[in-house]
Amino acid sequence: MIRLANPHFFLSLSRKLTPWLGLAGILFSLAGIIGGLFVTPPDYLQGETVRILYIHVPTAWLAMGGWSSIALASLVQFIWRHPLAGIAAKAMALPGAIFTGLCLMTGSIWGRPTWGTWWEWDGRLTSVLVLFFLYLGYIALSRSVSNYSTTSRIPAIYALLGAVNLPIIHYSVLWWRTLHQGQSISLTHSSIDPSLLWPLPLTLIGFSCLFALMTIFRMRYLLAHAQYEARLRRMAAL
Amino acid sequence: MQAKHQRLILGIIALAAVIAAGFLALVAFKKQAAYFFTPTDAVKAHLPLNRNIRLGGMVERGSLIREKDGVTIHFRVTDGYQKIAVSYRGIVPDLFREGSGVVADGHFDPSGSFTAETILAKHDERYMPPVTQQQAAATQTTLQEK
Repeated sequence: MIRLANPHFFLSLSRKLTPWLGLAGILFSLAGIIGGLFVTPPDYLQGETVRILYIHVPTAWLAMGGWSSIALASLVQFIWRHPLAGIAAKAMALPGAIFTGLCLMTGSIWGRPTWGTWWEWDGRLTSVLVLFFLYLGYIALSRSVSNYSTTSRIPAIYALLGAVNLPIIHYSVLWWRTLHQGQSISLTHSSIDPSLLWPLPLTLIGFSCLFALMTIFRMRYLLAHAQYEARLRRMAAL
Repeated sequence: MQAKHQRLILGIIALAAVIAAGFLALVAFKKQAAYFFTPTDAVKAHLPLNRNIRLGGMVERGSLIREKDGVTIHFRVTDGYQKIAVSYRGIVPDLFREGSGVVADGHFDPSGSFTAETILAKHDERYMPPVTQQQAAATQTTLQEK
């Protein structure tokens, strides 16, 4: 863990990981999407419309997983003051926002034929939209704080406060009456029939690899940017 | 105590407090944040006639009547305790059917029935292929017959 936290070690590791993550991301996503579009049977109630599930559900999990990771990395940055944790947190904001946007879009496209509406202000939909705005706010904030400073703690505090939205999203369908249905999958139980379920882990693994890949690209960029800034400062001091 | 440990403890306390605040907000907003009234709630609340509300529940089996004009429908929404008669003129979503969930946006009439302006279908969290559903329905019928 300590070795991994060394920026030089991280850079050499990330260079080796990049092609594998890309390959795994594309292969797993393709396998899941092909399975979900052509192999699985249609749903008894929704028919073919149900197939958007294989995109929508992983993006929703990654939207929440992204913010959980940002909050965790921010906590590590806050307590152990390790700059790489701060960089990781900032790097995850863009893929997180992208996946939240995809989740909202696919959900809207799914809602029209099933529920009969593109958008309703129910608890689940609204709380995910709030998450999307939290991501945009985080990106704006981390950019504005002295241009990607690796030590600023203001975005970290914002990320930790924003984590309050995560239990709200999760429990919105359990505690409030919503148009969105209850949760289908928990750790111990799935109300999705196995014949429809199997492509879902494939797209989840695939999308997670792509999320990780985007994060690594962003981290490498942010590290390079920090080095460049430091060099500029040294030159200015001379 | 090291500064690092102090920050760790502070961080954990702050995080716990923020999450607790979220849960409290959830509980406090439970009533206000409900997306629709169930028939039981709607009857209890004595809502004014001109107030627009969303009424949600199941479309009672055998209650759906289509008028000859093809676009006007009448059905009953139930939550298992109360039933409310609903009329609607317009096109309903594909998933709207008897025994399935519905959210109707509209208002109560003086007669106690409900006139909907919008009908949304609500489905549950189960997904399965048609064959499995037929088998499950068949098993249920056999059990009921016994």
